[in-house]
Amino acid sequence: MFAVEKKILSWHVILACVALFIGTLFGPLQALEHMGINLYPALQAVGLQSYYQGLTLHGVLNALVWTTFFITGFLMYVMVKTLDFPLTKPALNWAGFYLMVVGLVMAAIPLLLNQASILYTMYPPLQAPWYYYLGLTLFVVGSWVSGWGMLATFLAWRKQNPGKTTPFMALAGMITMVLWQICTLGIAAEILGLILPWTFGLYGMDSQLARTLFWFTGHPLVYFWLLPAYVSWYGMMPKQSGGKLFSEPLARFSFWLFLILSTPLGFHHQFLDPGVPAVWKFLHAALTYAVFFPSMLTAFNVIASMENGGRARGGKGLFGWLLTLPWTDPSWATQALAMMIFALGGVGGLINASYNINLVVHNTAWVPGHLHLTVGSGVTLTFMGILYWLIPHLTGKSLWSKKLALWQAWLWFAGMLIFSRGMHWIGLLGAPRRTMLGVALGNYGSADWRVPTLMVGIGGLILYTSALMFFVEIVMSAFYSKESATVEMPVAEPLHAEPIPAWLNNWQPWLIATVVLIVVAYGPMLIQLISQAQFTSPGFKVW
Amino acid sequence: MIHIHKYEKWWIGLTILMLVVFAMLVGVSAFSKGFQVPEPWMRVDPNTVKESGPFADANLGLHELAPGKYEAYLLAQAQPWRYYPSELTIPVGSTVTFYVTSVDVQHGFRIQDTNINLQVLPGQVSKATYTFVKAGEFPYICGEYCGVGHQGMFGKITVK
Repeated sequence: MFAVEKKILSWHVILACVALFIGTLFGPLQALEHMGINLYPALQAVGLQSYYQGLTLHGVLNALVWTTFFITGFLMYVMVKTLDFPLTKPALNWAGFYLMVVGLVMAAIPLLLNQASILYTMYPPLQAPWYYYLGLTLFVVGSWVSGWGMLATFLAWRKQNPGKTTPFMALAGMITMVLWQICTLGIAAEILGLILPWTFGLYGMDSQLARTLFWFTGHPLVYFWLLPAYVSWYGMMPKQSGGKLFSEPLARFSFWLFLILSTPLGFHHQFLDPGVPAVWKFLHAALTYAVFFPSMLTAFNVIASMENGGRARGGKGLFGWLLTLPWTDPSWATQALAMMIFALGGVGGLINASYNINLVVHNTAWVPGHLHLTVGSGVTLTFMGILYWLIPHLTGKSLWSKKLALWQAWLWFAGMLIFSRGMHWIGLLGAPRRTMLGVALGNYGSADWRVPTLMVGIGGLILYTSALMFFVEIVMSAFYSKESATVEMPVAEPLHAEPIPAWLNNWQPWLIATVVLIVVAYGPMLIQLISQAQFTSPGFKVW
Repeated sequence: MIHIHKYEKWWIGLTILMLVVFAMLVGVSAFSKGFQVPEPWMRVDPNTVKESGPFADANLGLHELAPGKYEAYLLAQAQPWRYYPSELTIPVGSTVTFYVTSVDVQHGFRIQDTNINLQVLPGQVSKATYTFVKAGEFPYICGEYCGVGHQGMFGKITVK
């Protein structure tokens, strides 16, 4: 059953893990640099030209490629499994996959040749060759096409099952892919409308407009990373905990809120931009507070579900249920640790979003500290935990070593706490983000930087050790595990078997709300920025 | 309607209360107490900004408008990675309004140990005002990646 889907998923997972493997290679180089040991001069012999080339590869491969491959494969599989309905047009999903591969290769060439060391935010007027941007475009379009394959299947299922409520994880997966389609219109407009014509010299660049279009996609992008983790936390972990999903209707409600609220708040990345009026920034700050609401709903719901599991396994008292949870199950434990780190990231995110408080942290090391708690742990560690059941599910063989997987997760947890504590701390001391801090320290740093940079370095090295353990585990499990095992995809039941009201199953009102909110929050400013655009900047290659 | 557990209702209520209080605090501090983020000031052409207007060579640096009141015009540039000018000296108690723009790529302008932090874009002028009540040295640094020399892009304000 689902042989085709399993094959498609496997290829997505392989490419995702290869990207993560290459992307994480640069982590320890950055960690060592912050401790004052710059290995890049020695690496010029193998073609790595600078710290910033490595940093670009680190950001693009980890944040964009690992996530997007994993997500498009995973959500497709979760949907067909929970609908119990195979892909109706698998050719679309294959086409999407191949487009992503072609796009990745096109973008990888200039990256490896040091022609596109512009970091993953690719802010113009830093200018890479045109085929870098075209490669990124094909990569995103490929993920769209995979999403269309999912949509076709979903619509066919609905036609055959009129009036039936969509299973939670299928709905959540579709919402995530629809959000992705809507929000990537920003980066599509930036690349096709501004950047590509500019690389061909047709007109100059207005970098304020480019930033605005980038962040139209940039913030919902983090929800595109996060929501598949939420799919697992809501839809699978209660089952893995031995319990049930505490409130399925509120889980659905959260996903609908993420659909309507993820996009119209990109100005919270631009609070300090010169070209956007304060009142618009404040509106986006308020909407960012609003999108914090479904995350708080999620926190309550997933913890209550785990409590339900812990108690079903015999846990007693106010906190006794925590001890009876399956801490020896690598998949569960890895994701539980991811959740804990993510909670810290959520708190920091609220600070970042708090309008004028952003003046303290904008463009400082605090920000990548935050990003590593969220996408670097909440998301990435969750995906690792998912792979700890998914790989045995796909291969029919048990995990190679449960012990190694558990050690891996705890090391990631410990390393990330040390690393991100150092990053947040040094950010508050004024250290800029995405900078060779080992050099900057001698230029304008102070003695206060020494302890936190050391923490960043040590934490980063622990994280890399954990990453290597992860790769050993998955490679050994995929190819060398001998013990047969039948591992099913975990699917949690709702605690209360209640009918889902129509408003939580009906797309129309939510899609209308999504469009209206985007038009209100972005429309007037976009019209103003476009009508007053000054296409003056030429491209610069300053690396 | 859907069934919501009593504790979850309390949680929802507390969350909404917390977010409303946060938004009000931030809003009041910004719009009534004047602790504000940067706003649009003026546009320039990054290709000619060095030649004429407020960022012409002769006009860069400090101008005393009244006793203890200054304005400072600064240009950010990659290759070499530096600000023009790279040093400013002012008396203790001075209020300075900074105007910063870029001649090439995006930069940052953050004065360490203050709340001055600007995104600097070519074509836009970023503006912020600060009163220096303490003597000492305040580096201003670039927080936005601007090429391989980014980590060496900084200047210094001496307050004495």
